[in-house]
Amino acid sequence: MSEKAATAGSVPASTAVPSEQYNYEIVKKFSIAAVIWGVLGMAAGVWIASQLAWPFLNFDIAQITFGRFRPVHTTLVIFGFGGNALFATSYYIIQRTCQTRLYSDRLSLFTFYGWNLALILGVITYMAGITQGREYAEFNWQIDILIAVTWVVYFWVFLMTLLRRNQPHIYVANWFFMAFILATALLHIFNNIQVPVSLTSPHSYSLFSGVQDAMTQWWYGHNAVGFFLTAAFLGMMYYFVPKQAGRPIYSYKLSIIHFWAIIFLYMWVGAHHLHWTALPDWVSTLAATFSILLLLPSWGGMINGIMTLSGAWDKLRTDPIMLFLITALSFYGMATFEGPMMSLKSVNALSHYTDWTVGHVHSGALGWVAMITFGSLYHLIPRLWNTKIYSLRLIYIHFFLATIGIVLYIVSMWVAGIGQGLMLRAFDEYGNLAYTFTESVVFLHKPYVVRAIGGGFFLLGMLIMAFNVAMTILTAKRAVPATDASRATAATAS
Amino acid sequence: MAEIWSWITDLGNSKIVALLLFMTTFIVIVIYLFSNRRRSTRFESYRYIPLDDEDSHLDPNAASGDRNKGERS
Repeated sequence: MSEKAATAGSVPASTAVPSEQYNYEIVKKFSIAAVIWGVLGMAAGVWIASQLAWPFLNFDIAQITFGRFRPVHTTLVIFGFGGNALFATSYYIIQRTCQTRLYSDRLSLFTFYGWNLALILGVITYMAGITQGREYAEFNWQIDILIAVTWVVYFWVFLMTLLRRNQPHIYVANWFFMAFILATALLHIFNNIQVPVSLTSPHSYSLFSGVQDAMTQWWYGHNAVGFFLTAAFLGMMYYFVPKQAGRPIYSYKLSIIHFWAIIFLYMWVGAHHLHWTALPDWVSTLAATFSILLLLPSWGGMINGIMTLSGAWDKLRTDPIMLFLITALSFYGMATFEGPMMSLKSVNALSHYTDWTVGHVHSGALGWVAMITFGSLYHLIPRLWNTKIYSLRLIYIHFFLATIGIVLYIVSMWVAGIGQGLMLRAFDEYGNLAYTFTESVVFLHKPYVVRAIGGGFFLLGMLIMAFNVAMTILTAKRAVPATDASRATAATAS
Repeated sequence: MAEIWSWITDLGNSKIVALLLFMTTFIVIVIYLFSNRRRSTRFESYRYIPLDDEDSHLDPNAASGDRNKGERS
C-alpha cells in the first residue's frame, strides 16, 4: 500500500509505467468482454428485429424464437456490453481520479468471472426456455444469487478503493458510480425476492402479486434505466469527455446539482410504465410529475457535458472520439425530452403498447449508452495497451454507420408506433374499431424492415470497432517484443 | 411533540413527509453550493482532477493539455 501510494504521489503519470501503479489488467479484461458481448448482443438484436419483419427466420427452432431470443439480446447488450463497459470504466476512473490502485486484484477478478458467468448461464437458460418472466431481470433465482454476491463484492472493492484514495476529494464521476452500485443492489435484491419451487428447480414465484408485483417490476425496470443506464454512464461521461477534450468539465457545481437532482427524482418515476392500469391514479400522477421534473437535471447534465467543448468546437472536425461523446450527449438530451413527454398520461395513451416505446428505449440505448461507451472505449483501449489506435478512419466509419443506424431505427419506430397507436384507437362512425389488429400488423411490416436495416448498420459499426480494437491490441503486443529486442541490442552495444 | 411524531409516522402522510424531506435537503445542497464564494471556488477547482493524470502523449487526437484553455471567462 505505502509503495503504491508513494508511486502515485511522486511519479508523474506520464512517466510511470501504468501497470505498476494501477491495476489495468482487470480493466483490459472487462473492456474486451464488453466488445465481445456487444457484437453478440447486437447481432441477436438484429436477428430478432429481422424475425419481426420476416417471421420465417424463426426456422421453427424454439431456442431462437423471438420470445426466447429477445431476453438474450437485452441481457447481452445491457449487462454484457453495458455492464462490462461500466466495470471497466469505473475500475479505471476510480484508480485514476483517486490516484490509488484497486483495493484487491483478486476480488476485482472475482467480479469479472462472477458477472460474466452469470451472463453465460443467463443466455443458456433463456434459450432453454427458463425465465423468471420479469423484464430485464429474466435470470432464474440461482443466477440472481450469483449476481447479488458479485455485486456486493463490486461494492466492497469500489468502497475500499475510495477509502484508500490519495486525492482528498472524491471526483463527481465516482459519486455517480457509487449511486449506480448502491441503487442497482437495492433494485436487484427487492425485484428478485422469489419463492423457489424447490431447491433443485430453476423455477420460482414472485413474493409479490397483482398490481404490487407490477409496481415492483417497473420500479426496478425504470430505475435500471435510471441508475444502470443513466447515472453510471454519466459517471463515464464526467471523466471521458473532459479527458478527450483536454479541458475540465464546464461547471463542477452544476455536476453536483445534476447528481443530487437525479438521485432524488429517479426513484419515483417507474410507475409511469403502468398508466391506465389497475395502479392507483395518484401513483400514476406522481410518477408523471417526477418524470417531467427529471427533464431539468437531465438537460443540466447534457449542457454541462456539451459546454465542456465550449471554445474548442473545432475538435468535432478533427476528433472522431469526440464526435461519439458529443453525439451521445445530444441523444441523451433527446431521449430525456422524449421520456418525460411519453410519461404524460395523454401521450402515453397513444404511445404505450406500441413500437414508439421501443424506439424511445433505443434512442437512449443506442444513442446515449452505446455511443458514450464507444467513445470511452476508443479513448481507453490505446491507453491500456500503451499504444495508438489502429485506425482513426475506421472510427469515423463506425461513427457514421452508428449514427445512420440510429436515425433509421428511431424514425421507423416513430412511424410504426404512432401509426399503430392511431390505428388501435380509431373508431368508425358507429363506434366500432376502425381497423382490425391484423391490419395494424400489416402496416408495421415496412417500418420493421427499415428498423432491421438500421440495426444492421449499427451492428456493422460494432463489428468494425471489434476489428479496430483487436488490431490495436495485436499491434501493441507485437510492439512489446520488438521494444524488448531493441533494448537488449542497445544494452549489448553499450 | 408526540402529535408531530404520530403525524410523521402515519403512513398516510408519507408523501408529504418525503416531499418535505427531499425538497429541503435539495434546497440546502443548492444553498451550500452557491452561498460561499470561497467554497464555490474550491468546488470549481475539482474540475481539474481528471486532467491531473494527463497522459495525452499517447493519444493521436488529444490537445496539448493546456489547462488555461478550459477556463471560462
